[in-house]
Amino acid sequence: MLELFQNPYVSWTFWTVLYTLVVIVGVLLAVAYYTYAERKVMGGMQRRQGPMTVGPFGLLQPIADGVKLFSKETIIPSGANRPVFLLAPMMLFALSLVAWAVIPFDKGWVLANINVGILYLFAVSSMTVYGVIMAGWASNSRYAFLGGLRSASQMVSYEVSMGLIIVCVLLCTGSLNLQEIVLADRPLWVQALLFPMFIVFLVSILAETNRAPFDLPEGESEITGGFMVEYSAMAFALFFLGEYSAMILMSAMTTTLFLGGWLPPFGLTALAFVPGIIWFAVKTMAIMFVFLWARATLPRFRYDQLMRLGWKVFLPLTLVWVVLTAGLLLSFDALPG
Amino acid sequence: MDGFARSFLLTEIVKGFLLTLKYMFFVPRVTINYPYEKGPISPRFRGEHALRRYPNGEERCIACKLCEAICPALAITIEAEPRADGSRRTTKYDIDMTKCIYCGLCQEACPVDAIVEGPNFEYATETREELFYNKDKLLANGDRWEAQLAANIAADAPYR
Repeated sequence: MLELFQNPYVSWTFWTVLYTLVVIVGVLLAVAYYTYAERKVMGGMQRRQGPMTVGPFGLLQPIADGVKLFSKETIIPSGANRPVFLLAPMMLFALSLVAWAVIPFDKGWVLANINVGILYLFAVSSMTVYGVIMAGWASNSRYAFLGGLRSASQMVSYEVSMGLIIVCVLLCTGSLNLQEIVLADRPLWVQALLFPMFIVFLVSILAETNRAPFDLPEGESEITGGFMVEYSAMAFALFFLGEYSAMILMSAMTTTLFLGGWLPPFGLTALAFVPGIIWFAVKTMAIMFVFLWARATLPRFRYDQLMRLGWKVFLPLTLVWVVLTAGLLLSFDALPG
Repeated sequence: MDGFARSFLLTEIVKGFLLTLKYMFFVPRVTINYPYEKGPISPRFRGEHALRRYPNGEERCIACKLCEAICPALAITIEAEPRADGSRRTTKYDIDMTKCIYCGLCQEACPVDAIVEGPNFEYATETREELFYNKDKLLANGDRWEAQLAANIAADAPYR
């Protein structure tokens, strides 16, 4: 048995599988307690208590919800396209987990330290739209179809400005590797230059993950749940897990791009004794809180308002900002690399 | 600030966000943790019915049937005959709780404060039959809630 581990291929496979499992279990636990946090935060902002009955302060509520969803019956509508109908939630869920491979949790704590990490992340998060469209089409229901259509155009619109924002960050860091993006030297004026983009990015990830106030693909009050309307039990749970995992992923991505990843905040080297993973988690949770905060604060956008914001405000703004960033970096001779 | 600066700096959205944050941390909750905490109830609350007794254990009801007569939902059924000692008592006192509309007229009509509606509202049952209350059940309710029933009647007496 031990000789087997001397084999580099075997030990490499073993450790990779182990790390992957640790990340996946961690993410799923985070998702479970993110739903709990959502209910508590929304409750607090609406002067309610949130879940209180299952376990102390309702802490076991997500587990009870999971058991409930597992034990329910998966209903497949007779008009649905079976393979696609079942593939869609799996795809969405798998994609939202796959993206975690390139997120650096701490210095060197990354599953795949690839040099095009940010492109990979962007590509994978764009792919999730296929899961939504497949679900909307395969359900063979008008509501689901409308939800799928809305989601497709919404995600495509906001990816344009997200891409340009990422270009801004890349101009300042000079690398597509997420670890190097975190470690890149950023003077104060560069950070000030990126701050408006940080705000635009926050709004864009709300739209990208179909969260309130841009939750039109679900739109409970108009299209009754959008692309998820025909799903039940575990298939629904996969959508749910995928959505929340995508939200956490986007928070981690924001942390990596704008907030300095695992480094102590505001460049305070005195705080470097705290492990990097803690700083990473704290920053990510702060962004995750913004998701919930926005949901409790803002009413849903109208669809034309959403499109206007995406194409007539964010796109010109980010385009101008790319030119501005590039010009300033060039004229101050601060272009990295 | 003019309109452009206002919309550009997102002042109104920021104000909204600060409001929700204030509600989360600085404004007390309005909901209570129901099965463990309960809200206050008025002495006049009209909940589950009860038949009361005198302190010596004798039941108050004298079978005058005023409650049966006034009940707008026809939920009360009474049968009566003289007891061995010559006093009029009910042999049957049924309330169909599925018919009752909790108007409190039976309690108003009762000359001896025998039938009352108490503070209890947690008597949901799994079958319909369990809600057809008979005299034993009503007397048991009276024994169970007597302290609070007497206090409620005393509290409301000045207004009657």
